Parts: sequence; structure tokens; C-alpha cells
Amino acid sequence: MASLIVFLVGLAVVAGVLALLLRVPAVAAWFARLRGLDRRWIFVAVWVLVMIPLLFPLKLPIAPTARAVEYYEEIEKLKPGDIVLLSADYDPASGPELGPMLRSSLTQLCRHKVKIVGDCLWPGGPPLLEQGFNEVARDSFHYKYGEDYVNLGFKEGREAVILAMGNSIPGTFASDFRGTPVTQLPLMNKVTNLSSVKLLVNISAGYPGTKEWVQQASRRFNLRIISGCTAVSAPEYYAYLQSNQLLGLLGGMAGAAEYEKMTGITGSATKGMDAQSSVHLLIMLCILMGNLAHWAARRQGER
Amino acid sequence: MQRQVPLLLTAAIGLVMLLYFFVPNPIIAGPGHFFEDAVIIVVAFAIVLGAANLLQFNGDIIVRRGKDWPYKVVLLLSMFAMIGIGLVEGEHYLDPETKFSWMYNTFYASMQATMFALLAFYIASAAFRAFRIRNVEAALLAIAALFVMIGRVPIGLAISKNWPNGVQLPQISDWIMENPQNSAKRAILMGAALGVMSTGLRIIMGIEGSFSRGEGR
Amino acid sequence: MHIANPLSFDGLGVWIAALLTLFIFSFLYKDNPFYKLAEHLFVGISAGYYVAQEWWAVIYPQCVKPVMNGSRPIMIIPGILGLLLFSRFVPKAGWLSRWSLAIIIGAYAGIKTTGFAQGDLVEQFHASLLPLWVPGHIGLSIDNILFIAGIISTLVFFFFSTEHKGAIKSTAQLGVWFLMISFGAAYGFTVMARVSLLIGRFQFLLDPWLGVARF
Repeated sequence: MASLIVFLVGLAVVAGVLALLLRVPAVAAWFARLRGLDRRWIFVAVWVLVMIPLLFPLKLPIAPTARAVEYYEEIEKLKPGDIVLLSADYDPASGPELGPMLRSSLTQLCRHKVKIVGDCLWPGGPPLLEQGFNEVARDSFHYKYGEDYVNLGFKEGREAVILAMGNSIPGTFASDFRGTPVTQLPLMNKVTNLSSVKLLVNISAGYPGTKEWVQQASRRFNLRIISGCTAVSAPEYYAYLQSNQLLGLLGGMAGAAEYEKMTGITGSATKGMDAQSSVHLLIMLCILMGNLAHWAARRQGER
Repeated sequence: MQRQVPLLLTAAIGLVMLLYFFVPNPIIAGPGHFFEDAVIIVVAFAIVLGAANLLQFNGDIIVRRGKDWPYKVVLLLSMFAMIGIGLVEGEHYLDPETKFSWMYNTFYASMQATMFALLAFYIASAAFRAFRIRNVEAALLAIAALFVMIGRVPIGLAISKNWPNGVQLPQISDWIMENPQNSAKRAILMGAALGVMSTGLRIIMGIEGSFSRGEGR
Repeated sequence: MHIANPLSFDGLGVWIAALLTLFIFSFLYKDNPFYKLAEHLFVGISAGYYVAQEWWAVIYPQCVKPVMNGSRPIMIIPGILGLLLFSRFVPKAGWLSRWSLAIIIGAYAGIKTTGFAQGDLVEQFHASLLPLWVPGHIGLSIDNILFIAGIISTLVFFFFSTEHKGAIKSTAQLGVWFLMISFGAAYGFTVMARVSLLIGRFQFLLDPWLGVARF
């Protein structure tokens, strides 16, 4: 309680001092001149505030949110031999946010000895999914391709692919990522359609992604879905969480860092959170300074 | 013929896909499955059409020696190089040791990620130059943004970890996301759903038929 | 510090990727030939990648192979429809491409209508039926009241079939406030997303390229 009071008093003092300073003509003029600041100085500030925490980490504490815990718990419920569909619907542009989620999800799934069928609805996704499978499933957990995991690769068609998978997954993906007919892969003999899958782990960057899976598959095929998504998409998916169409959510790099903490991994998301914190503070400062500059200029104009 | 056939096709296929949701009978489900598979292939050709359009557009500029035409040469050469390597590699084109994979990692992945990374600089600059709190609504927007920005990162937890339970910055941020934000987003979702449904039905009934009036090049 | 070795194939790839990254970042100072080169290279490589992907992931296994080996000859129909799209380049025959467009538009109109109806309307409405009073949980009760007030007032704001005056105007104004909170939260998350992408690029420059940190 004391620290909250100190914080609020501190905020009030800073606000009061700023208000008083703005009454001083010289100070107000300086703030007004800020309006003409070359935006490249802001770029330099962003550059510095990202670089320094990456080189000299502060290791600020990370606490998982309730929705991230739900994501983790859904995978914890799985039993050895359960079949999970992992849909990596993203491309390299969202790699920093979603790559750590993919690797941590694969780690947790492999720890539970779950069978994994991977697919992509984004054309840029298959190599990323394959890299994840190779690094985690194959190299760390010695999973065998074809028996323990399969990468079906990409299929164009967005919602149509989801519906087609609801009817028949082998029918939609006649061959895997490498062109091998799925009939030659033992794991695919146990997979008929979306109803034969225990859980969908959807790593999603946008369209097509979690929204389309929820709309087309969650109720129609009784598919349990958890989602790791970019921070841009996350606010929209809270509605699906509340309606239980979605059972867990990781939002952005912060969500990835929370999940890494729960899985005991210190990965790139965790290491990036200090830089994330510093740039957020910079942007808050930019909003404040920009408005102070604007108000100061208006006051000068009124005089 | 030029307008009626497309409109009829749209209506028939749209109706089948609508009924397919409700009717498991093979009379509807059979054509429904076929259309699912068919549209996947047609959309794939549409993506290839996009590349062909790119070729035509940039080829025109090169032939006319238009603005930045040498860069258009680079564009087309790199496109053909990628297509050529991909086709020659065969079905294993995305295996980690292939040249196509190397091109993907070196060029595609790095440049795509960097293009989006540029946005971070502009969002900071826009926060300074364009984010103006002029009225109550803008103030609400700013307050919500500030709480969410500080609450979602570790610095928010570090500042407020000794505050009473329930008013810590991450908890305030979570409450904003789960309650007021969620309710407004839900209303937007429901309104947008009504819009999509009405547009979909208009397309199926042929009221929205502008696509059938276009001229081919 | 372990800089990537430019003499190895992988190391060369890292160096090229790093240089292209810096070329694109140079746009922050001002537009320049290096940025233009990287931009056009990116567009070309992307287009080529998509074409190769569509061929090996969709067109060949779903259309060409089943037709050639006779396992599913009917797939020649979507193949022909797909090829008809290219009739757009022939002025007199361009109208044929509308048939293919009709397939796409009709199918997706049907798919999206039911998807949105089920996922975004019925389920969302169902989940909005919350109890206004939860015995023993005053906080939850207040949250539920606020939640439902937010949904109703925001929906009233978007209802333009009647003039916003009197009680409707006040309700719509409340809806605007909820919307502003929602947009503010979305802005905060958008900031987080964009900054994350930048952090990722810096992690690439510092780790695989310069080798001054481990991520």
C-alpha cells in the first residue's frame, strides 16, 4: 500500500511541477519548439533503447497471466499418445513473437509424448514449422518422423482448407511437406478428420488464423482450440475466450515470455522483454511530451 | 452469358456451401466437399495470376524505360530465379539443405521481418507527433493505452509488485482487456458478423454482382 | 564476439541477410538506392516463392498428379477454371475469368456467412447472457453489469437506422467511451507487436551475425 501511495504522490508531484513549469514563458517556448523535432531523433532513441537492454539485460520479473496459464494447462491435460494438430499460421514477419511460442509449445507437447500433426495456412510457414520440429521434436526429444510427428506443409484456401480438414485431413493433404504420400506415414493412419484430434494448437499471425479456426471448426467439429497469436490480434480473441470457443491465449512477445517461464525455457522472448519495457516507456514519454509540446504551443498562440 | 453464368455459378455454389453447414446428406455434402477441394486449387491459380500481373506491370515499365526501371529488372530477375530454383528442386524444395531453403532464409525471411520491424520506429514517431489528447474520448483512449502498455511488460510488475492485490498494474491491464475492451470488441464482432452475413447473402442472391461486370485485359 | 563466417555458405547467407536488413533500415534516414534495391528484391523473391509454393503444395499434388495418374480425374475441372483466370490477359476472352471468380466468390460467400453466423453472432450472443447479480460475488456482479452495459451501448452506437437523440444519444455516448477504451487497449497491444518485431531483428543482428549476445 505504501509503495502505491508513494507512486501516486510522485505522479501528482511530477504533474504539478510540469503544470507550474509550463507557466514559465521560457519553458513553454522550449516545449513548443519540440513540435519541430526531427523524427529521426526519435528513431535514434528507439534504436538505443532496444539495443542496450539486449546487450545488458535487466532480467525484470515475468508473471504469467491467467489466459497464458490456461494455454499451458490445456496441454498439461494431454496424455501420451494423444494426437494434436499444430497449425503454424504465420510467416517470418511475425517470427519474433510466434517463433518462441512454437518452440515452447513443441517442447511441452513432446514432454507429454503427444503425437503431433503440423500444417500451415500461410505460404511462408512450412520452413518455420520444419525448423521447429527439427530443433525440438527431432533433435531434443528424438521424435521419429512419420510415427511421432508429421509436417503436412502448406495448403492454399484458408477457410476452405479448414472445412476440408473437418471432412478429411488425409484427403486435404494427400502428401506431406516433402511430397511423401500420407498413406505411407503410420501416424496419419490414425488421423481421419478434425474430430479425431484432441486439441488444436494454433500459432497465428492474422488471416487466416485463430478467428477462422474458431468460426469454422470449434463448434462445427467440436474442436478444442488454444491460440498463440500476435499482439495485434490478441484483443479481438478475448471475446472468444469468454465464450469458451477458445480455451487459452498467448498474446504477443509478452505472452511468449510468460509461456517460456512456465515451460522453464529462457528463450528469445524472455530475453527481449527488457527491451520491450524500455521502448514502451519511451512511447509513453513520447505521448506525454508530444501533448505538452502541443499545449505549450497553443498557450503561446493564445497569448 | 457473360454476366448470367457467373451470377448463376455464384448463387449455386454459395447455396450449396450454405446448405452444407446444415445438411449432412450426401446430396449436399458430396458437392460441398468437391467445391471445398476445387476452390483450393482455383485460389492457388489466382496467386500465380498475381505473379503474372506483376510480370506484366513491371515488364511494361522496363520496356517503356519508366521510373526506376533498373530496379524492376532486379524484381523480375529475382522472381524468375526463385521460381526456377523452386521448380528444379522438385518436391523436396523446402528441405533444409536445398538452395530454395537458403534463398528463403537469406532473402525472404530476413527482408520480410525487417519491413515489418520498420513500423516500430514510425509508431514511436507517431506517438509523439500525432497522438493528441483534445477531448474526453481521446483521454479515455490514452489512459487505456497507457495502462495496457505498462501492465503488459515486466516493468509494470516491477513497479507495482508491492501494491495491494487487485490494483497492481498487470491486474489493471488484465481487467481492462477482460471487461470494457472485451464488451466493445464483442459488439463490434456481432455487428461485423451481421454485415458479413448480409453481404454474403446479397452475393449469393446476385444483388451484389459487380465482379461479373468487369472487363478482362 | 563470433561474427558469422562469410566464406561458408551459411555464413554468407547470414551476411547477405544482415546487409539487406541494414539496407531496409537505411530508409529511416531517407529513401535511397540501397533501400530501393532491397525493396524490389523482396517483392521479386516473395512472388517467386509464392508461385513455387502454390505449384508444389497445391497445384501439382491436388490437380496435376490426380488427373495424370487417374486417381481423381474430376480435378481437371478446377484446373481448367484456374487456367481460365489467365484469360484476363486476352482482351476478347477476358470474360471467361469471371467464371473462375464466380467459383471463388460463391464458395467463400457461403463459407463465411455460416462461419460468422455461428462463431461471431450466435456464440457471442449466447456468451453475453450473463447474470447481473451473482450472490456473494459483488465484484463479479459489477463486472457483468459493466460488460453487458458495454455491449448494449456499443451496439446502440452502431445503430444508424434511427436518429441519435435523447436516451439513444446518451446510450450511444456511453458506447463511444467503451469503444475508446477498446481502441486504447488495441493501440497498446499494437505498440507491443511492432516493438517485438524490431527486437527480433536486433536479436538476429546481435546473435547470428555479430555474435555478441546469445538469444
